[in-house]
Amino acid sequence: MNLLAIIFVAILANNIVFNQFLGICPYLGVSKRVETSLGMGIAVIFVMALSAIVTWIVYNYLLFPYDLGYLRTIAFILVIAGLVQLVETILKKTNPTLFRALGIYLPLITTNCTILGVAILNIQAEHNIIETVVYSISVAIGFTLALIIMAGIRERLDLANVSGYLRGAAVSLVTAGILSLAFMGFSGMMTL
Amino acid sequence: MTTLAQEFSKGIVKENPIFRLILGMCPTLAVSVTALNSLGMGISVIAVLLCSNIVVSAIRNVVPAKVRIPAYIMIIATFVTIVEMVLNAFAPELFEALGIFIPLIVVNCIILGRAEAFARKNTIGRSVVDALGIGLGYTLSLTLLGVIRELFGAGSIFGCPIMGTAFEPMGVLGVAPGAFITLGVLLGLFNYLFKRLGIE
Repeated sequence: MNLLAIIFVAILANNIVFNQFLGICPYLGVSKRVETSLGMGIAVIFVMALSAIVTWIVYNYLLFPYDLGYLRTIAFILVIAGLVQLVETILKKTNPTLFRALGIYLPLITTNCTILGVAILNIQAEHNIIETVVYSISVAIGFTLALIIMAGIRERLDLANVSGYLRGAAVSLVTAGILSLAFMGFSGMMTL
Repeated sequence: MTTLAQEFSKGIVKENPIFRLILGMCPTLAVSVTALNSLGMGISVIAVLLCSNIVVSAIRNVVPAKVRIPAYIMIIATFVTIVEMVLNAFAPELFEALGIFIPLIVVNCIILGRAEAFARKNTIGRSVVDALGIGLGYTLSLTLLGVIRELFGAGSIFGCPIMGTAFEPMGVLGVAPGAFITLGVLLGLFNYLFKRLGIE
């Protein structure tokens, strides 16, 4: 039951983009077309799940027991950067088509605040390993959802008659604000 | 070769990280609920940006090009950890308020962006000026956003109630949608201003 609550809250009630303000940069940059958004989303789901597991293990078995909690930021970013590099290399060798499809997004994900953010959130919420995996995948799904909705809107927005000064990032931000308002409707439905 | 004064001022207007470069959006939206939090975040970013620009510039001729990005990330992460601990010790309320966004300064595109685009190609002196300029531009813009959101969203500035008791604050400005919309509108406004002032 708790896992279902985690899934629901992560995707809808406490969406990573609309409620927690993480992942705005790629959100504004990548959400121009639905196909690219889907590609980015899948890459994020994959990397986030993997990095959440590894950072959880690193924190709970390496940092915390030896009182090295303050090294968390450095250790996590090291893990994430290394992991992304590893995923890229393995993917290039084993599945070149998938690599080419996801290729450009993987390095972008390293500096994605969602990955580091979720790693830290998992530690702060003191999830166990199962909850960590479920939470991370759900957050990534929420991110993908936000991205696809935004892309669908922006594809139309690009053709619309927007005033010159609001064109581009400004109107995208206002749109994101309205979407965020819509998602607020979920916020009272379930709390962890 | 631009003068030092030009390097400094470009960070405030021409290459303003929030309204021109559109970098570092995540903390901008989350932190600007109150003006004090914005100021605190801005100062933390200046500190990290300054230190990392100095170090990156100092070692720019020593680091091999292929490993430079991981090296920069390590340097930035170290300074962020230091800032985290200093804030935790000397400004605990600010530390609580900024929460997860302090460690997220590591992946703030502004800092890595300046290291990559400027500090590794320029002397320490110019890198210092660049960091101060960009950092100040960031802090001013962020604080502006914070002041607007706090003034209309809670009726106060830096915690001092300014609007009278008859003022009904716009609650939406304190939460997520208000952040997005305020930033979007401000961005449009600044686009107009820059156009009028002839800055491109």
